[in-house]
Amino acid sequence: MAPILEMRGITKRFPGVVANDDITLSIQEGEIHALVGENGSGKSTLMNILYGLYHADAGEIVFRGRPTTISDARDAIELGLGMVFQHFMLVDTLTVAENVILGAEPAKLRFVDYRTAVERVEALARDYGLAVDARAKVSDISVGQQQRVEILKALYRNAKVLILDEPTAVLTPQETEELFDVLKNLRGQGTTIVFITHKIKEVLAISDRVSVLRRGRLEGTRDTAETSHRELAEMVVGREVLLRVEKTPATPGETVASVAGLTVRDRRGGVLVNDVSLEVRRGEVLGIAGVEGNGQQPLVEAITGLLRPESGEITLHGQPIHGLGPMAIKKRRVSYIPEDRHKRGLILDYSVADNLILGLHSEAPFVERYLFRNAKEIAEHAEKLVREYDIRPPNPRQIVRTFSGGNQQKVVVAREFSRNPEFLVCSQPTRGLDIGAIEFIHEEIIRQRDQGTAVLLVSAELDEILSLSDTIGVMYGGRIVAVMPAQESDERRLGYLMLGGDPDTAEGAHLDTPAS
Amino acid sequence: MIPQQASLTSRDVLVPVFSVVLALLAGSVFILIVGENPITAYGVLFRESFGSVRNIAATLQRATPLVFTGLAVAFAFRCGLFNIGAEGQLYVGAMVAAIIGVSLTGLPRLIHLPLAVVAGMLAGGVWAFVPGILKAKLGVHEVINTIMMNFIAYFLTDYLVTGPFHGGRWAPETDRVADTATLARLFPPTRLNGGIIIAVAAIAVIYVILWKTRIGYEIRAVGFNPTAAEYGGISVSRNMVLAMVLSGACASLAGVEQVLGVHGRFIQRFSPDLGFVGIAVALLGKNHPVGVLLAAILFGALRTGGAAMDRLTDVPRELIVIIQAMIIMFVAADELTRSLLRRRRPV
Repeated sequence: MAPILEMRGITKRFPGVVANDDITLSIQEGEIHALVGENGSGKSTLMNILYGLYHADAGEIVFRGRPTTISDARDAIELGLGMVFQHFMLVDTLTVAENVILGAEPAKLRFVDYRTAVERVEALARDYGLAVDARAKVSDISVGQQQRVEILKALYRNAKVLILDEPTAVLTPQETEELFDVLKNLRGQGTTIVFITHKIKEVLAISDRVSVLRRGRLEGTRDTAETSHRELAEMVVGREVLLRVEKTPATPGETVASVAGLTVRDRRGGVLVNDVSLEVRRGEVLGIAGVEGNGQQPLVEAITGLLRPESGEITLHGQPIHGLGPMAIKKRRVSYIPEDRHKRGLILDYSVADNLILGLHSEAPFVERYLFRNAKEIAEHAEKLVREYDIRPPNPRQIVRTFSGGNQQKVVVAREFSRNPEFLVCSQPTRGLDIGAIEFIHEEIIRQRDQGTAVLLVSAELDEILSLSDTIGVMYGGRIVAVMPAQESDERRLGYLMLGGDPDTAEGAHLDTPAS
Repeated sequence: MIPQQASLTSRDVLVPVFSVVLALLAGSVFILIVGENPITAYGVLFRESFGSVRNIAATLQRATPLVFTGLAVAFAFRCGLFNIGAEGQLYVGAMVAAIIGVSLTGLPRLIHLPLAVVAGMLAGGVWAFVPGILKAKLGVHEVINTIMMNFIAYFLTDYLVTGPFHGGRWAPETDRVADTATLARLFPPTRLNGGIIIAVAAIAVIYVILWKTRIGYEIRAVGFNPTAAEYGGISVSRNMVLAMVLSGACASLAGVEQVLGVHGRFIQRFSPDLGFVGIAVALLGKNHPVGVLLAAILFGALRTGGAAMDRLTDVPRELIVIIQAMIIMFVAADELTRSLLRRRRPV
């Protein structure tokens, strides 16, 4: 088959970096082509060039054999390119149909013909198997459905090549499955798909061919059927990777943190966390598995003092800490990697050095005479941690916003881990990170455990839970529905429980239900 | 260039400077419509504001209160708060300073003057505390409350200056403040007074608070990202209240300076919108103390030179208002201004 789209010798420089270095990429008509690479490897830049949002410094784009210039998104749409961004471009207050037709409205006598719009959108949704209610308001539908609206938008504009930028980052495992079905369906009907991701499992599950980018260069293109997880992982990081964290069996000591009968409600009285009890021991990782939104976040926010629980007890070495503020809890050597580093974990407009003292900023030695910042101590602290945690670029004075996701997370990890915590709470610690960074953070968590820290790990990634935890709890509907030793669990059983399966009938399981 | 904090980036400097140039160009169109030569008119404007030591002193005198109100707005903004209440805060500050200045006599200057200044600052701080606490505890938007507090300040001072503290003359003003409470004139016959020294000190103090102290770290953290600040153990509500109080105290110094250094008394509705022009000054100064100083001097110069231009040419002083408005427009539409910049110097 002929390539529908070729990018030849694409080079794009930004001040200080070459984001794309002489990349030549060829997309066959009707294939699902995966584009993988770590954060900052140049995937998004390349696609933004294709979609006319950036302009290449060198190279050309060839569409169906003809060299073309794409100077803005309108050119791209006219050629038949459709882009689904990671952050959706939808108007929440409009309906699905209204969003789809926005900018290309069917009109009768210069008025928008809403009925025709709904019909067309429904027909399109039916043809491509994209189940979504055309009359529903976008704010009322799930994230997975919103993504379908984005795909419909592209199809409505006759997209022949659909580019999806990390489409699974926002989806639950179930929704990911559904998306894959949709993509296969689209391929069956002749649509070409470019699928950007950094999850190799997904590449293997969905793509026909895969291209790997590393540090702005094309590492190579493979037929998916002829490559392996290991080969792709090596191409992505440029060296051999440990796919499983190496660790010795845990030697748990006394209980450090315990939660008993904890209940958290939202402002409207809905139960977020329902009578949860758990214990974390010295030198042990307690993993909490669960589909996101089942109360994990309110649980950790209650433990770290950001949310006030309605009832229940949280103790640290037997001392109650519930009702204390985040600062008081921090001072008891509790460290916390929050799930959302942009919202909670970092002040993006602060320098690395200033982020590395967040929470310690009012303590000696960073403050002297009670009021004045000690610039020398702050800088030395930062230089030490930047070196120890290999934060790149190694410039403590640079603002964090300009760093890649992995290095931003390293800033959070460096700050929280370097305080020698007794109790470490990690919530989705590797979300959105590339393999290299995930590996690094996993090793650091195990190192903390081995130093005798009690670790509570909350993650929606089963791999992460299974490879790091010594004890595993499953959270569903605000409750911990089961707790078991890690060696007695596997992906299938956890998956069953996470989706609301009955713990008593889980096959082959002899599960401890938590004491309540 | 790597963006670093506490220093102004090239964009922070280029956009305001270029905005001023564009505004002057746009202003020249109006000058042509009036039938004058823009070069002549701007020549007069420049000469009369910077052309002699005396003119410079006059410009600095006009700039002084704008430094205070500009700093006030910029400081609150660093905490994510929009203080539109500088006008009200400076009125209550001015009134309290006048009351102390008029009512107390026989005190040495070393006590009387600082007492009047500090009392004025306290009044402004209290005035800003109200919207601050309402925002922090109840989430009521500070823009609404600072505006409403402005009106309370207008009418409260209207009452005080025509009632209990009405002076002996047939005018809505207090008596002259005692000599021991006045800010000395530094360069007669201009009205440049000791207030400029307080203004320079205020710039230094605000700079140090923002970037050299724990308080500034917390206030800026709240301004950038309140949820991350909370995570870091920083009390969002306490810092919001603190930022408003300090902002109000700073704004009130503009009124204090007008009373103790310029008019020598509280005059009803004396302020030519100093508090509101402060918003423009903060905007043009990119909320940086040094930027605020430069912007205040520019606006002071426009006022000084504008009056002369009105007198010596056919261009009315209203042109100054047009230029000020244009500057704000170009700074606010900084995307537009930057795209114009790019076009002039292709990369």
